[in-house]
Amino acid sequence: MTLDVEALSVAYRTLRGDVRAVDGVSFSIADGEIMGLAGESGSGKSTLGNSLVYLEGRMKHTGGTVRLDGKELPIWDQRAMNAYRLREVSVIPQYAMSALNPTRKIGRMTADLLKSRGVGYDSVVEEFKRRIDLVGLPQNVLGMYPFELSGGMRQRVTMVISTLLNPSLLIADEVTSALDVSTQRAVGEMLMEFRDRRFVKTMIVITHDLSILAQIADTITVMYAGKLAEKAPASTVVDQPLHPYTQLLLASLPEVGLRYDQAALVGIPGRPPSLLRPPAGCRFRARCPFAFDKCAEEPPFVELKPGHQVACWKAAEDAAQEKAARQAVPAGRGGEPAGAGAERAPAADGHGDEQAAAVGARAVPGQ
Amino acid sequence: MLEVDKISKVYKTGTFGGELKPALREVSFGIDKGEVVSLIGQSGSGKSTLGKIILRLVGASSGTVRFEGADISKLDKAGLREYYRHVQGVFQDPFSSYNPLYKADRVFEMVRSVYFPHVRGPEWHAKVEAALESVSLNPADVLNKFPHQLSGGQQQRLLIARALLLDVRLLVADEIISMLDASTRVDVLNLLVELKRRGLGVLFITHDLSLGNYISDRSVILRYGAVVEMGETPKVFGNPQHPYTKSLLAAVPQLHKKWEPGELGAAVVPASYPGGNGNAADHGEPKRYSKSSLNPLRHPAPHGETPAATASASRPSLMELEGAPWQRARPRGRRTEAVLAANPAPPLVEVEDGHFVAANGQ
Repeated sequence: MTLDVEALSVAYRTLRGDVRAVDGVSFSIADGEIMGLAGESGSGKSTLGNSLVYLEGRMKHTGGTVRLDGKELPIWDQRAMNAYRLREVSVIPQYAMSALNPTRKIGRMTADLLKSRGVGYDSVVEEFKRRIDLVGLPQNVLGMYPFELSGGMRQRVTMVISTLLNPSLLIADEVTSALDVSTQRAVGEMLMEFRDRRFVKTMIVITHDLSILAQIADTITVMYAGKLAEKAPASTVVDQPLHPYTQLLLASLPEVGLRYDQAALVGIPGRPPSLLRPPAGCRFRARCPFAFDKCAEEPPFVELKPGHQVACWKAAEDAAQEKAARQAVPAGRGGEPAGAGAERAPAADGHGDEQAAAVGARAVPGQ
Repeated sequence: MLEVDKISKVYKTGTFGGELKPALREVSFGIDKGEVVSLIGQSGSGKSTLGKIILRLVGASSGTVRFEGADISKLDKAGLREYYRHVQGVFQDPFSSYNPLYKADRVFEMVRSVYFPHVRGPEWHAKVEAALESVSLNPADVLNKFPHQLSGGQQQRLLIARALLLDVRLLVADEIISMLDASTRVDVLNLLVELKRRGLGVLFITHDLSLGNYISDRSVILRYGAVVEMGETPKVFGNPQHPYTKSLLAAVPQLHKKWEPGELGAAVVPASYPGGNGNAADHGEPKRYSKSSLNPLRHPAPHGETPAATASASRPSLMELEGAPWQRARPRGRRTEAVLAANPAPPLVEVEDGHFVAANGQ
């Protein structure tokens, strides 16, 4: 595992107390994996990403460890982190387009940046030029000021500079959100290519746009109110999500070709809870259509299927029932075991049915 | 109801404003009562400029906008106030539409002071509550709150409620949901559908085609300030004719369909990039990942191509999409008419009933 995050907690200090934006989060990312991190605004996804690179003054590391390539990152010590930034961990900031120094030419600015990391500009300038080529920009951008470039060009320059020293971990925070669709796609494909060419070993792509992640990410992690809700391979999250929040989030996305008179989309009623004093138990409980008594306890973030981790009591129960059903039905019998019926009974609406159907379909090859 | 007739707009650009750039070129279309028209284009296509011209925040260089038959550029002060009673705008960033020092519902008071100075307190209150109900906001949730206490979706719906207090007939919605989360943007979209059913005309300005398709009756696709394709939404999206529309559609990320290589147009990996053609070893290029060896979680490659080939082949010619196509007509080009004459809008051809496309793929 390239990146191992263990029970990480980060809080914002406010006058009214600590806002626990990231609360006991554990996950790991494999070599070559692009992990998408999705969630609503205020879910703590940017805080999680930023805390791996730079803790702002108002942010506080309140627990947990981060290990990158086996070494522990001193994320609470800003001085010590300097040795890792740009070389080991790097970030493409949320507003990459305005992250460039307006008073310096691109080349000069990069030289300054590298000098502050103790790297001679001359030693990397050839590679820099090749990568500028790779992203489809003319080499003379090195002699240009940022205002001479369009938004999309600035975004690409920032991406090249951020990854120039081949960091192990790259955090891309909402890099596609401010762009229009064709540039969005180009940037997404560029991120994949950077990984394919091993400019970066692993990547965390933070966005609220699940459909972008479905295109470029290997795994998708969904965050809700400072906690992880679900992590699974991208196609599994998109096709067979287990957490009700993920299911509702996907249901609220308009697909190309869908019109309001054909099918009305539904939003998720309610708002995320305040993280100043988060509610006990499952934090999605107040908005969740499947909530039941057990949800007053906090659900653990556990692996329910191979490579599929979920923090939800209902999903855990469903998985347990499915397992029991599979064991109860002798081999060679039809695909309508009693378990599938029991599965369908508690389901309140279409999602449950879909899920039950998917469960039934999956149960077949196992027999 | 609203008629946009050959609107052109030329902006000054360049270091000292010495160059003229045509932001809009002879754009014409109309919006009827109860109709949602989406205006779609990339950044720089002039779609926001057109919204501003309709709201009379910016003057057009040539052409006219007529609202219920009257040329809006000829309106005097009283006429303009009356115009704003019927035509209102809501913009992209709800967080900057409010003054953070005041409570959010101050926007209602400002409407009252200009348009309803004689309405009494209780009556006004009932009116505000009715407007809030119609955007499905609970008055108790949003009244007497500061902007930071409201979510983006609530703020945006509050601004729409503000427009509804007036006798609004046309709403110019400029990217109103692009800053909202997926879970709240649907509520705002569905609200627009609801308002449309009540007879409101909406100009829905967006760069997101799936949103434009979801909500609109007709679509207008802008490119470099000129209409390249327009017509009834199912026709434009179901049977796109212009290569630009096709490439925009191909770029929309979809949940259940992966991007195919080469959809966006010509593949460009510059020949000067040594790794570009798989000849990596000579240049000490680090070893690439192949999809099979990548990691167990990675979904299998559909056709077994190497990722490098896929990625390089699918690189769009961004420079082409971004580049400036207009002719710089200098020195005479410093004049607005000359710039417009040098950059005529492509003529539109009707390919099927109610579906227009720019001729020759221009």
